[in-house]
Amino acid sequence: MRAYLDAIAAGYPTVSPALVYLIGMLAFGALVVFVFILPVAGITSWVERRVWARIQSRIGPNRVGPGGFLQWLADGLKNLLKEDVIPAAVDVPLFRIAPYVVVAGFVAAFVALPFAGSLIIADLNIGILYISAITSLVVIGILMAGWSSNNKWSMLGGIRSATQIICYEIPVGLSIFPVVLLSGTLSMQGIISAQGWAPTSWHMFHSPFLFVSFLLFFVGALAEGNRTPFDLPEADSELVAGFATEYSGMRSLLFFLAEWGNLYVIGVLVSTLFMGGWQVPHFTDNGVVLAVAQFATMFVKAYFWVFVAMWVRATLPRVRVDQFMTLCWKYMVPIGLVNVVGTATMMVVLPQGSIVLRWIMVAMTAAILVQFARRVFFHLRRANYGRLGRISEGAA
Amino acid sequence: MSLELEFADGRDVFATEDMVLNMGPQHPSTHGVLRFIIRADGEVMRSAKADVGYLHRSIEKIAEKVGWHGFMPYTDRVDYVAAMTTNQAWAMAAEVLGGVTVPRRGEYCRVIAAELGRICSHLLAAGAMGMDIGAITPFTHAVRERELINDLLEELCGARLTFNYMRIGGVAWDLPPGFGAKVLRFLDHFEPYVDELDDLLSGNKIYIERLANVAVVSRERAIAYNLVGPNLRASGVKYDIRKHLPYSVYPEFDFEVPIGEGRHGSVGDCWDRYIVRLHEMRQSARILRQAIDGLPEGPVIAKVPRNYKPAAGEVHVHVETPRGDQSWYVVADGTEYPYRVHIRTGSFAAMAMIEELSRGLMIADLVALIASFDIVAPEVDR
Amino acid sequence: MSDYIPVLITLLLGVVIVAAMSNLNRLLGPRKMTAIKGEAFECGNEATGPGWGRFSIKFYMVAILFIVFDVEVVFMYPWAVIYRELGVFGFVEMAVFVLVLAVGYAFAWRKGAFEWR
Repeated sequence: MRAYLDAIAAGYPTVSPALVYLIGMLAFGALVVFVFILPVAGITSWVERRVWARIQSRIGPNRVGPGGFLQWLADGLKNLLKEDVIPAAVDVPLFRIAPYVVVAGFVAAFVALPFAGSLIIADLNIGILYISAITSLVVIGILMAGWSSNNKWSMLGGIRSATQIICYEIPVGLSIFPVVLLSGTLSMQGIISAQGWAPTSWHMFHSPFLFVSFLLFFVGALAEGNRTPFDLPEADSELVAGFATEYSGMRSLLFFLAEWGNLYVIGVLVSTLFMGGWQVPHFTDNGVVLAVAQFATMFVKAYFWVFVAMWVRATLPRVRVDQFMTLCWKYMVPIGLVNVVGTATMMVVLPQGSIVLRWIMVAMTAAILVQFARRVFFHLRRANYGRLGRISEGAA
Repeated sequence: MSLELEFADGRDVFATEDMVLNMGPQHPSTHGVLRFIIRADGEVMRSAKADVGYLHRSIEKIAEKVGWHGFMPYTDRVDYVAAMTTNQAWAMAAEVLGGVTVPRRGEYCRVIAAELGRICSHLLAAGAMGMDIGAITPFTHAVRERELINDLLEELCGARLTFNYMRIGGVAWDLPPGFGAKVLRFLDHFEPYVDELDDLLSGNKIYIERLANVAVVSRERAIAYNLVGPNLRASGVKYDIRKHLPYSVYPEFDFEVPIGEGRHGSVGDCWDRYIVRLHEMRQSARILRQAIDGLPEGPVIAKVPRNYKPAAGEVHVHVETPRGDQSWYVVADGTEYPYRVHIRTGSFAAMAMIEELSRGLMIADLVALIASFDIVAPEVDR
Repeated sequence: MSDYIPVLITLLLGVVIVAAMSNLNRLLGPRKMTAIKGEAFECGNEATGPGWGRFSIKFYMVAILFIVFDVEVVFMYPWAVIYRELGVFGFVEMAVFVLVLAVGYAFAWRKGAFEWR
């Protein structure tokens, strides 16, 4: 983004470049926030409901707009018209501040998220570190919400959430290291530039260590995003609505907005770190076409992981508190450490990596996917869809 | 925490104040209006005390005022998840007192209706079990299948939940034409579905981790607490009223009584209680097939006077409902009203056990425990 | 430093979103506050005691563990970035560091810090 603004500033020598930069940034930031983040977070809620419905053999929201597409707007509007109840016993300032912290933390993560080769609000040189730091603001917000509500269910939800997010910060951090080791930079664009468009050049397939790191990262990111199977903070069958129990109207919606938006952040991070981000083959010299293609690539890759997260949510039960502690500390942390050391060793032994190993990794992954698809189709054939309709009406 | 640090007087350094939590009556996972008073240290419960009575509708007292025939619709409300079996229990009690013999076709109709109801109830139990531990999908799938049974039962008696199908002396209506074939068609569809549910749910790693070895009820404790039905059988006690205290035409059918085997943990854990229900659905399907094959001709209801006045006396009947042995103690004094009715239900016995089992469990385990006992609130309170 | 101006701007935008939405909500929504609505939700019962009690120490143990390990992890970031330039020296140095970390980790495991009960 910087380069564009510098070019524009050069066209107006009378205006201070700093002012152009500030205004340009504000405009671009607002564009990203209002035209991209909010709709994506909202639409994700609709997509999630539709995907669930399909998995659960229901229809899902299909009334508002084509295929129910505008459902998210209707929901937002409805929540705007709801009464904003602040219970008597809450700690009012904290209760009010909590959604600010959550949403600000989630929106600020987008600063360093790449959309395309030239589309990024700011390519911070500490990109990935910045993102893992700023998304932790969400924990503080959730803890604030839980504590300030003066309600035991909220309190339990808030504390659970904090416990969970800080626990999984460590395996997630550890699973980023192999990528950083390979790329030699923390900048998001730098990490993507270290990869290519072809799967064989993705970090994910560099070595078995990287592949395991990728799995660790995805699982850890689900946990940090409070997603099933780690949705303990808002486990509705246990804690009513967790930290959001006392919130109503728009305030409660904002928490969920952040949750859905965070899904997209997770998707972008996974595809940036492990799947080559926006990399496309250089098929044209037209910068705009290329940027659109890169944006589309990034979006599809990121949204694929969003879809996987929804799929997982519709499939798996929820783990218990002691189980997620065990999973994190006794499995993921040691595996993460081994990954770091393993990757470091690999880089000493084979400084440039091995193309053969990469091909083997790709082939193995493909084999796993094929096997998975075969299992899915096996079950689909066996599954009895319940398409009998109303049995009592059919001819006997 | 195994850090063994103690104060000089032996108190644990890490002991914290217990938190008292009310779970219910308005809580998503209490299956109706139940209330548990939980004493917890963080996530670990010291105890969960059940507080019953939120759904008390004095059904037993109503029986004393509405007469023998008139009480039938109320029995639906004792356990609205499986109303057919409660219908049957009341009809049986009244028939024994009045010396009425049900025609064979009537008994077969009852068995068909009751077994369909049992599948319904177990489907709901298995689905809700998944839902309570966080998997949403099994519930919708189970309810989808349950819907098909509801359609069948609607055709049979016009109602989908509170059936009011049985009468003293038989059943209200004969099976509609082609009903048997429809049930068979449903079973052809349903039996593979149970396998599918088994595939989807029972083997899921998280599901097993959440349920295996949680809230283990030993054989002795199960008998001591008088658990009944699937809850008892999950603890390894082979006891089914249909087999061991036979009523109706059940002795004519060939079926097995599944018991908990502790495949993933100890015998009598939550997972066993779940899998026993799953197996029972298969057995119910077996019974249904035999009942439809062997359906005799004839009337479905015996001649019973409108003004039904059984002779003075008392009776204790047992019926195997989806929640186990439901026993009805009915006293007649020779008038057109029962003198006293008492119902002992499976959920009530299970509720009593929760306080003992809950010690040291996590809050999330309590939810799984309630679901695995398949507690239906109205049955607890009546 | 100007790289971080966008961060401030986006944080500001996040705040604006929340302020706009929640204030719009207050303007548009009904305001019929009653005493019952103001009560803390405890499943329909009157709350037994306040929500702010002393809380189980286990959660604080997790927090301490987090601080210990997260600080170690942060130490590794600079190393990871310049690992290629450091070469074998960097590898050995970090192997020693990870070894020390592993000893601490084993100690914590042995002491049961990762157990919940």
